[in-house]
Amino acid sequence: MDKTLKAGLWVLIAIIGAAAVGGIAINRGENINALWFIVAALCIYSIAYRFYAAWIAATVLAVDSTRATPAERLDNGRDFIPTHKWIVFGHHFAAIAGPGPLVGPTLAAQFGYLPGTLWILFGAVLGGCVQDMVTLFLSTRRDAKSLGQMAKDELGPLGGTAALIATFSIMIILIAVLGLIVVNAMKHSPWATFTVSATIPIAMIVGIYMRYLRPGQVLEASALGVTLLLMSVVGGRFVAEHETLRLLFDHEGLMLAWSIMAYGLTAAILPVWLLLAPRDYLSTYMKIGTITLLAIAIIFIQPNIKMPALTQFIDGSGPVFGGKLFPFVFITIACGAISGFHSLISSGTTPKLLSNERDICMIGYGGMLLESFVAIMAMIAATVLDPGVYFAINSSAGAVGSIALDAVTKITAWGYPVTVEQMQSLATKMGETTLFARTGGAPSLAVGMASILGKAFGDHLLALWYHFAIMFEAIFILTTLDAGTRVGRFMLQDMLGNIWPKMAETSWTPSVILTSSMVVSGWGYFLYIGVIDPNGGVNILWPLFGIANQMLAAIALSIGTGILVKSGKLKYAGITALPLAWLVTITSTAAWQKITSPDIRIGFFSAANDLAEKLASGMLPPAKASIAPQLIFNLHLDAWITLFFVSLLWLIIIDMLRVCWRSITGKPVLPLTESNHIPSSLVDDWVRD
Amino acid sequence: MRLNLRTIWKMIRELSGDDAYERYLKNFHKLHAHDEQHACDTPLSKAEFFKQWQDEKWQGIKRCC
Repeated sequence: MDKTLKAGLWVLIAIIGAAAVGGIAINRGENINALWFIVAALCIYSIAYRFYAAWIAATVLAVDSTRATPAERLDNGRDFIPTHKWIVFGHHFAAIAGPGPLVGPTLAAQFGYLPGTLWILFGAVLGGCVQDMVTLFLSTRRDAKSLGQMAKDELGPLGGTAALIATFSIMIILIAVLGLIVVNAMKHSPWATFTVSATIPIAMIVGIYMRYLRPGQVLEASALGVTLLLMSVVGGRFVAEHETLRLLFDHEGLMLAWSIMAYGLTAAILPVWLLLAPRDYLSTYMKIGTITLLAIAIIFIQPNIKMPALTQFIDGSGPVFGGKLFPFVFITIACGAISGFHSLISSGTTPKLLSNERDICMIGYGGMLLESFVAIMAMIAATVLDPGVYFAINSSAGAVGSIALDAVTKITAWGYPVTVEQMQSLATKMGETTLFARTGGAPSLAVGMASILGKAFGDHLLALWYHFAIMFEAIFILTTLDAGTRVGRFMLQDMLGNIWPKMAETSWTPSVILTSSMVVSGWGYFLYIGVIDPNGGVNILWPLFGIANQMLAAIALSIGTGILVKSGKLKYAGITALPLAWLVTITSTAAWQKITSPDIRIGFFSAANDLAEKLASGMLPPAKASIAPQLIFNLHLDAWITLFFVSLLWLIIIDMLRVCWRSITGKPVLPLTESNHIPSSLVDDWVRD
Repeated sequence: MRLNLRTIWKMIRELSGDDAYERYLKNFHKLHAHDEQHACDTPLSKAEFFKQWQDEKWQGIKRCC
């Protein structure tokens, strides 16, 4: 293309992008079309990818397409395999995209559509994408080493240990909060409970088919599984309408929580081929299929956003979770803007497939752009709902009262009109008995998705779409749950192996059962507390998860910054150091507020003290008084965990600064562990096409 | 158009691991083609290969939030 024409095209994209972002930001009317969000996102992504990512790849990282990658040098036809870039992109995206980018934006929508949207867009292009790409690059240059190993080799033993502890803690908190989300979606909903339960035997059928009936016929088995899944969504209606069958699947939250714990334990002990692997196949297809469908539907029906740009809850009084806009919007939306968890995939897993360094930009940076786009769609699905409906679904009984009339009166008084009839008719349309206080984000996302998909593909199927959306979320939440429990088990076995080597044997049954139970009790405890907490539990657990995830991101960015400085690229270190500084600011502020705030909806200690005083003075109703001691203990525990996270974070930062300072002043530091340059001998077309 | 469909189908098979055994065989023959010492080695059966492939695939952190 002609050079001027090219430049003109980019100027045009920049103008359209600026207009779209400006339109979203300035608009204060009732109606703004969702298409503006899509246009703004696509323009920002294109510009960031074309200029910022390309500059980082070429100038800062200096990717070298003539250099053989670990996949080429260590090719063993098994885990190290040079692979076509689009295939690697697919694997990478499927691995990084989970329920996180769907839940975070839904919760953050309580501040209005604007803060979350801007953070998703700018956080991703300046922070999350850079983190993923830099980590991918560093691991590729180090024989596909893991993040923890790189931290140990480049910064020192402290970094390595911190990465290990952070990963383990995130896993525990993440699984608990995801479990809670599923419980809230299934509570007293026979349809949802049946459909979600059905995913377990379906996964097993697929597993047996792939392993024994027709070994290796992955696509055949998957097609069978997807068909059965769709049938289970339809079958759920039959169960929900059947007088006796519905009782089998109609349960309290606590009962469901115990079942999920039992499931988690079983899944961690059963062989992978029977449950985990086939479930992962199904959830990946569902995820990619549904997200594509949602994108098409949004572009096709162009829904109007009904949530205002900003709500009064930016002052910290929000019913979904307590805390001011700053810093809590940045903690609530982790995945979708910047997610530390991704650095575990970008190191170790993806580099083993990468056939050429020049694809790092597309896979690392581009993969995260796509995830950010998923978060934007989740934000759209949450904000196309009437704000009154959104708050009625997402506010816990503790925040608005457990009686429907009280709840709608309170929400209407905030300026978001909603009526009991409206909620009742919506619930009936969705095939549910009630939608009040279904906290956790999944049900409101499902209502949003159902209304978008219903408009695009047939309104009379609303209830089916709703339960399809619930099934779609639950299936990959459960995948994360059993994959996470298993990873936690391996890590624990590894740690215990240092004390008693026999424990490290991953196939020794007593060790397997012991460590799996320990991991399940870890997250099971938080899940249990979350279920009995009248405030819904998500408001406590999700910020804790956000802080933990951002802490892992800070570790990844510290490694990046440390290595850039050690490689003599101090002047470019800002690409990772600036997002790092921002993360440290928000994480520390959020942690500080969670620990010290006198507001009982934010501060753990003040909430604990408040509850203790009420308990002592006999002000609590008997039902609440009986659980109060547990809640008080839990609030104290959460405060100490937060303090622990933030101390660990600062230790890593100080350690990284120490390494950088020594490097700048010419003192000896740990040597760079980059592998030697070996020229690539892959003929381009052979591997790339 | 036919070519595109074929490429897409190939990519779907590769992404899902449907063709993992075919790729393994190709790799096996490539590695063993010029190596007389390994001439007696026979490749794994499809079922056996798939078992190992699946178990290996699930070591470590493979899924995220």
